[in-house]
Amino acid sequence: MKAIDVRNLRKEFSGGIKAVDGINLQVYEGEIFGLLGPNGAGKTTTIRMLATMTRPTSGQAMVCGTDVTKDPDKVRRCIGIVFQDPALDDQLTGRENLDFHARMYGMKREERGERIKEVLELVELSERANDLAEKYSGGMKRRLEIARGLMHRPRVLFLDEPTLGLDAQTRRVIWEHIRKLNEKYRITIILTTHYMEEADFLCGRVAIVDHGKILALDKPSKLKESMGGDVITLKVKNSGKMADLAKSMEGAKRVKVHDSSVSVSMANAGTRIPELLKAAEKAGIDVESVDLHKPTLEDVFIHYTGKTIREQETSAGDRFRQRARAMGRR
Amino acid sequence: MKISAIYIIWLREMKKYVRNRSRLIGNMAMPFFFLAFLGMGFNSLGITGLPEGISYIDFLAPGIVAMGLLFSSMFAGVSILWDRQFGFLKEIMVAPVDRTSIVIGRIFAGMTSGVIQAIFILCISLLMGVRIVNPLGLVASLAFIMLIAMSFVGLGISIASKIEDMHGFQLIMNFLIMPTFLLSGALFPLDRLPAWLAAISYLDPLTYGVDGLRSLIIGTSHFPVIVDLAVLGGFCLAMILMARHLFNKTEV
Repeated sequence: MKAIDVRNLRKEFSGGIKAVDGINLQVYEGEIFGLLGPNGAGKTTTIRMLATMTRPTSGQAMVCGTDVTKDPDKVRRCIGIVFQDPALDDQLTGRENLDFHARMYGMKREERGERIKEVLELVELSERANDLAEKYSGGMKRRLEIARGLMHRPRVLFLDEPTLGLDAQTRRVIWEHIRKLNEKYRITIILTTHYMEEADFLCGRVAIVDHGKILALDKPSKLKESMGGDVITLKVKNSGKMADLAKSMEGAKRVKVHDSSVSVSMANAGTRIPELLKAAEKAGIDVESVDLHKPTLEDVFIHYTGKTIREQETSAGDRFRQRARAMGRR
Repeated sequence: MKISAIYIIWLREMKKYVRNRSRLIGNMAMPFFFLAFLGMGFNSLGITGLPEGISYIDFLAPGIVAMGLLFSSMFAGVSILWDRQFGFLKEIMVAPVDRTSIVIGRIFAGMTSGVIQAIFILCISLLMGVRIVNPLGLVASLAFIMLIAMSFVGLGISIASKIEDMHGFQLIMNFLIMPTFLLSGALFPLDRLPAWLAAISYLDPLTYGVDGLRSLIIGTSHFPVIVDLAVLGGFCLAMILMARHLFNKTEV
């Protein structure tokens, strides 16, 4: 069953900025699906449309079998959402934040108390439930927000950059919680992230998004396989000559030169290193070091966007896009 | 409309009201200072032109009740901006709750804290020797207190729905709240104002709130109390409808 079915979804902000430019995607029940892309790629805008917070300019989005523009309240009852920026009331306790949510979603008294206990245990916050949220650490706040998103037993949970701004250790804890939710309760999870490891670790399928478009969509393993084998990186004196040589090798793909290193992808790369080194020696190229690694999502990302995700983030166009998005949020 | 949603929005505001000591004390202290220091100060001058048998402090007390309501209610309405700033508004907006319930919850909350504040000021007034006409009038004045509170919470919500951040707030303070207060006749009688100034103060909705309170509490007024009630009631309804309309159109 499809939890989410998006057809040709577009969102244009005033000034003609296309935040989302014709996205198609299907997410099946029980999946963890990732939208991977730099800031300003259109991930958050996509989530906002799916969560009925902003109207699409055109296209169709079905969530839990309901059109987001036709019956937003029905969609809202079916989804939980954890926003990118904190959205707790710091002046309320953890328990009160959950109680507020439960009542807003019309949960009955008995059900409320029980469910609050349940979700608090789930995110291991039972002992701090009666502390004001302002006393919580960043990771605890995130966990409380996840618990809140689950209060009304949604079938689909949206997590917008769930670990943004958290340290590595806390990030791990959040990841474990997300996994547990999915495995234990079969909740469909759609998350956005610009952390490669996060997408790789959590997501069954990943869509690489940039400039409002989906550039690739598959299982992380498939995306990595599609890079054509493992990557050999050689550090050499004469990188130009080495690149030519690498290109001449049978089955060599995506030869790239970066300063004094040359990288090349090929199937069964490990067994071909001796051959490569022999050829280099014959051509009189001085190889300083050799490195072999499996392609990562970072390699996939570079392949599709031509840039690393960090380079993307600092480009001026994206900053403009981000500002436009910030304005569109108001 | 959803009663459970209205209730929890009201309850949240009440919890925050009680927990936020500085706001609570501020709400009580400013009117108290006005009443005590301004009242005593002018009282000792023996101001002329006040209605027969009314001292300045008697005259001032209902005005200060209205002033307190104006400031605290506007603040309560505009406080949606804080929710926007701290992200909590998103949590409210994605819930399957209609916007009208949200507006009503907030208006009730602002009204509740307004009534508490007004009762406090009235008690202080009695302690300071303000002479009331009769206890029944004091009770009846609650209707005006509620109307004033609801009106300005509504106006505050409307403004918060239109301005985007905290910068606009200072502007509202200076150009909306202060003139509304000063022209309402809270501090001086309207009878002897120059015609052009009187005309402006007749356009000030708070004028009718102050006048109605004065009529019920100390038994003197510029307009018949029924006129005060009609104008203020109409304004209140308009503000609530405007708040609903504008808040309906906001996005987070």
